[in-house]
Amino acid sequence: MSWVLDNLDVIAGYTGAHLVQALPPILLAFVLSLPLAKLANSRGWLRTGVTTTSGLMYAIPSLPLFVLLPGLIGTGVRSPLNIVVALTLYGLALMVPTASDGFRSVSRDVLGSATAQGYAPAARFLAVELPLAGPVLLGGVRVVAVSTISLVTVGGVLGVPSLGMLFVDGVRRGIVAEIAAGVVATAALALLTDALLVMLGRLLMPWHRGREAGRP
Amino acid sequence: MIGFENVRKEYPGGTVAVEDFSLEIASHEAVALVGTSGSGKTTLMRMINRMVDPTAGRVHIDDEDVAAMDPVVLRRSIGYVMQASGLLPHRTVLDNITTVPVLRGTAKGEARERARTLMDTVGLDPDLADRYPAQLSGGQQQRVGVARGLAADPNILLMDEPFGAVDPIVRDELQGELQRLQRELRKTIVFVTHDIDEAFRIGDRVAILRPGGRIAQVGTPQEILADPTDDFVASFVGADRGARTLHVEHVDGRDVVVDADGRAAGVLAGADGRLGDGGAADGDAAAGPGAEALATEERPR
Ligand SMILES: Nc1ncnc2c1ncn2[C@@H]1O[C@H](COP(=O)(O)OP(=O)(O)O)[C@@H](O)[C@H]1O
Ligand SMILES: [Mg+2]
Repeated sequence: MSWVLDNLDVIAGYTGAHLVQALPPILLAFVLSLPLAKLANSRGWLRTGVTTTSGLMYAIPSLPLFVLLPGLIGTGVRSPLNIVVALTLYGLALMVPTASDGFRSVSRDVLGSATAQGYAPAARFLAVELPLAGPVLLGGVRVVAVSTISLVTVGGVLGVPSLGMLFVDGVRRGIVAEIAAGVVATAALALLTDALLVMLGRLLMPWHRGREAGRP
Repeated sequence: MIGFENVRKEYPGGTVAVEDFSLEIASHEAVALVGTSGSGKTTLMRMINRMVDPTAGRVHIDDEDVAAMDPVVLRRSIGYVMQASGLLPHRTVLDNITTVPVLRGTAKGEARERARTLMDTVGLDPDLADRYPAQLSGGQQQRVGVARGLAADPNILLMDEPFGAVDPIVRDELQGELQRLQRELRKTIVFVTHDIDEAFRIGDRVAILRPGGRIAQVGTPQEILADPTDDFVASFVGADRGARTLHVEHVDGRDVVVDADGRAAGVLAGADGRLGDGGAADGDAAAGPGAEALATEERPR
């Protein structure tokens, strides 16, 4: 415990570094999954292809990917950019099929009716289709967020600074408190992010809460 | 005025939904398109607001070809009400009703003001304004759908089986309200339904469709009941089963109109147009617009 109190600044520094590597992939996976899912949904065979590719992608173990990726994209093995790219790929593997399901969950009648009211295509996407896919998209983002935050720790093995460094270093030096701090801090960060996402969802999708409550 | 000129619609994949359809719909007229499922009613209706473009032929509104109009602008000028109302589930009642005016650039405050008036017009409790569609009954949802269709004060109202998903009692109520609204507003209405009674009630004229959007008969309900062109129409309107046949019985010196099941439908008005004492107005509503046409002294059996 005293180790933790003596090293709060180290933990804070690693937490910051952890977030810098985790947040961009979460955001990128979300934003990029939208056009990819729309594209996939436009053709049956493409959708099948995307789902299969995503499954295979997720089957690649993270450590080898972190090691191999620099050779493919020319980043250093210790570069946080390397981690960001790898985690964005994992995020996409989770998020594209979910977003594809999300868009398919939107009632065609509602979309047709929106067109009939005079929504232009882009406005219809932003004002109708995207928010109505929102609950499913949010479910996907929550999984991506938690999974990304925990995967960032793998970079610690390669010496990329993150909360993962705490248990790599703790194991090497035999400091149990440091190992525990790494695990607890990572879990706390994941839970906090998840809670924030749930709150954001409540704020942005008040109609969905109403629906869960059922008819009065 | 809406005109269909030899329109045809062949969907990708080869389904010919509409073969060759022509019809003129006068301004302020309510026309009901009635036919079985798949007869091309929705396809025809959607040609008016360019949700569907005809493969051949043309549709015009007040002599202007809709193909030359910007579809988005066109749609904002035409009210559209559909089954299950197609309300936006993530918007409140008030925001649903203001959809089209807001898309057209009306200030939000002004649009909301008008939406509240419209809620009153269609018989919606003002307390429902901030509810979401899922928090309303089916009948209330349909009323919101009608209010939304009227919000931009369009000349044309397209209604695609708008009351198909509500129970018979609510449907009857909604049909009555639509009749009342139409007497006041006098829109040009194209009303799609598979229910012949509903078609006779709402339509000034009714077009009975065979598959492929082929018109079996078009005319006023009176004309169709008095003279069905063929067996298809006769069977569609139920004339062949005697279901439409009314007869008159003399009771206490009064002429009482009785339907095929022997139930009293109302009292016959005098030859000078004077109504019998009481009951006649109700009887007219119950028997429908075709009542006079087929009222006969003969019992059907
Ligand atoms: N988008 C579409 N693509 C292919 N076929 C369609 C499409 N829309 C309707 N159809 C077909 O066209 C025919 C007429 O459909 P529709 O106009 O919806 O009839 P109705 O409204 O009278 O039930 C049906 O056979 C239907 O399956
Ligand atoms: Mg239809």
